[in-house]
Amino acid sequence: MKKLAKIIGSLALAFTLSCGAAVAEDVTMGFIYVGAKDDYGYNQAHAEGKEGVAKMPGVKTVEEAQVPETNDVQETMRNMIDQDGAVVVFPTSFGYFDPHILKVAKKYPKVQFLHCGGLYDAAKHPANVGSYFGYIDEAQYIAGIVAAHTSKTGKLGFIAAKPIPQVLRNINSFTLGARSVKPTVTVQVIFTGDWAMPVKEAEAATSLIDQGVDVLTCHVDSPKVIVQTAEKRGIYVCGYHANQASIAPKGYLTGAEWNWSAVYGQYAKAIKEGKTLENGGIPHLVRGGLKEGFVKVSAYGPAVSDAAKKDADAALAKFMDGSMVIYKGEIKDNTGKVVIPAGTELKQQDPVLEKMDYLVEGVIGSTK
Amino acid sequence: MDEPKPASVIASATAEPPPEPLPPPETQPGDIARERPPARALQWRSKVEALVIPCGAIAVALVLFGIFVWTQGANPFAVFASIYKAAFASTRSFENTLVRAAPIMLCALGTAIPLRLGMVVIGNEGALVMGGLMATAAGLLVVEAPALVVQLTMAGAGMVAGGTWLLIVGALKHYRGVNETISSLLMNFIGIALLNQAVNSWMKDPSSLNKPSSFPIPEEKMLTPLGTTDVHWGIVFGVVFCIVAYILIHKTTFGFQIRTIGANIRAAQLAGLAVGKVTLVTCFIAGAAPGLAGMVEVAAVHGVANESLNVWYGNAGILVAFLARQNALACIVVSVMLGGLLASGGILQRSHQLPDATILVFQGIVFLCILYSESLYGKFSIFQEKKS
Repeated sequence: MKKLAKIIGSLALAFTLSCGAAVAEDVTMGFIYVGAKDDYGYNQAHAEGKEGVAKMPGVKTVEEAQVPETNDVQETMRNMIDQDGAVVVFPTSFGYFDPHILKVAKKYPKVQFLHCGGLYDAAKHPANVGSYFGYIDEAQYIAGIVAAHTSKTGKLGFIAAKPIPQVLRNINSFTLGARSVKPTVTVQVIFTGDWAMPVKEAEAATSLIDQGVDVLTCHVDSPKVIVQTAEKRGIYVCGYHANQASIAPKGYLTGAEWNWSAVYGQYAKAIKEGKTLENGGIPHLVRGGLKEGFVKVSAYGPAVSDAAKKDADAALAKFMDGSMVIYKGEIKDNTGKVVIPAGTELKQQDPVLEKMDYLVEGVIGSTK
Repeated sequence: MDEPKPASVIASATAEPPPEPLPPPETQPGDIARERPPARALQWRSKVEALVIPCGAIAVALVLFGIFVWTQGANPFAVFASIYKAAFASTRSFENTLVRAAPIMLCALGTAIPLRLGMVVIGNEGALVMGGLMATAAGLLVVEAPALVVQLTMAGAGMVAGGTWLLIVGALKHYRGVNETISSLLMNFIGIALLNQAVNSWMKDPSSLNKPSSFPIPEEKMLTPLGTTDVHWGIVFGVVFCIVAYILIHKTTFGFQIRTIGANIRAAQLAGLAVGKVTLVTCFIAGAAPGLAGMVEVAAVHGVANESLNVWYGNAGILVAFLARQNALACIVVSVMLGGLLASGGILQRSHQLPDATILVFQGIVFLCILYSESLYGKFSIFQEKKS
């Protein structure tokens, strides 16, 4: 595990160190999404990343949306490789990894399979598989600060899909950010049970607003319905995945956004230089946060006060210079148990954080 | 081709096992147009009709779809060429088609078989996820046994679970008069909820953090692909199951009972048929097919049970069952056709920059045209047997 942390730590550095002349031949990159490209969320963020890299000279891209996490994605990968000549594929949904990517990667050892969110294990997985992900909870921490400043009732709402580590980490970071400026703030969480449940998400939003929540945020595949509901009811909302300011021009405060075009651009550059996962030119695990440009914070909306901007910008500056640690003891969970003892600092790269199974103090809700 | 003609089903059914021609019917004024042809020699007209109408429907669908893609700025002929290329043109693409057809074929039987009883059952998805879940549980119980034992146990458990799932629907219908369409629809959601609950609690592998799943079936115990292809055993199971179902329904006494009940349940009761027993057994067999599809998804594709079992192959199966006009053999052909369509969905996005829903539009147009064409049987005088 230590070794793993070390590798991840050195990644961002290794990744930005790239030089040399570009190879003339076009590089074909394939992108696969589990939902629609215009979902205002997870898939749109990746599709925007693809659009960014498509503009690079010498890069050709192909994409396929609405591909389920079954045999379908295996066939799509094969088709992109066989029919379109893709030398690198980005299957972007978490559930594509095991067994689908692993199976196809074994059959095409020359093709690079780069997966969003999966954990690469050198002992078990083929050498031509890599994984990338961003510490988007850093942007959630900043959104939490803005939300706490803007809320009048002191009640924030978080609508989440499932109580899995990635999601819990966002809820906790948002809460820690909010309570760093106003320690009395609470975050009420509702789990809908699945990634895309528009009806349940709308109901959850309505019921949270009825209970006095006046800033909402979420972690679902498409935040569209939640953002719309918040705007309609005249409360504030922080976005997620992509920028939803256009659907809530009044109430959109800020949001945690992916910046995949930067990540994909770096991969494209490395591949054009002849670097691969197998020859060690591309690290197998790539992680980064605000500092590395993997994630970004949406531009502040009209309702954000100067005081909020000041605190948020201060936190952002600390993330950018690397001095910010979100998970710094002592942190208690919402049942009163100490989960991170005083004096312990868990840096973003720490694998312990990828196993998170608790909600911090200040969150109303349960992981069960 | 089989004929779902309410007015004459009884007559034809009673006459069928020995294929004796019926006596010429007394044609009354106002009789419905479609009657059994009077003599065997003249039956070719209805055979041609059964071929021309669906083919014509597909041709119309192609034209309509061509207009659609043209409005989207793509060249319709290039698009058709791509669909063919991606679905059937090479061994590789045909493998892709077969892989997609396999679960749909088995799911189609879940609807097609009870339709012969006159029951519209749409619980395939529930039967599939229950089959997958129970197959996983059973496979994990005997995981130390040789691969063949594990696979047989899984297949057995999957079929029993799927069968039981639809048997409940049949029992509710027979004993309590509960509408089978509604109950099977709701049973889908119960099945999916049970799957999600199981993989999030009782069966959860604690190392599956961000996508909760059951403990895995070891790779060496899973179903291997057929030969050097990427096609898995699901397609073999599907074809065999369809053939067995066809023989059962059309060539056995039990099948005769099924068709009699489907034609007129009162008459069947009067004739002393064990309607309840036949209903339950038929529903069980029908559910076993999607249950087996669930087992294949686990044993050949995923290796674990998780939410990916629930991708609504069941709904595709309902469409196939209706398009195949409840004929189990036709289910094979229609499933492969649909598998080909699904296989070509990707190339439309990648090569023609069409939206991802394009292939759904095509599917919708094809299905609507074929379903509409059902109403055209007996409307063309050229296909009518001449009256003497």
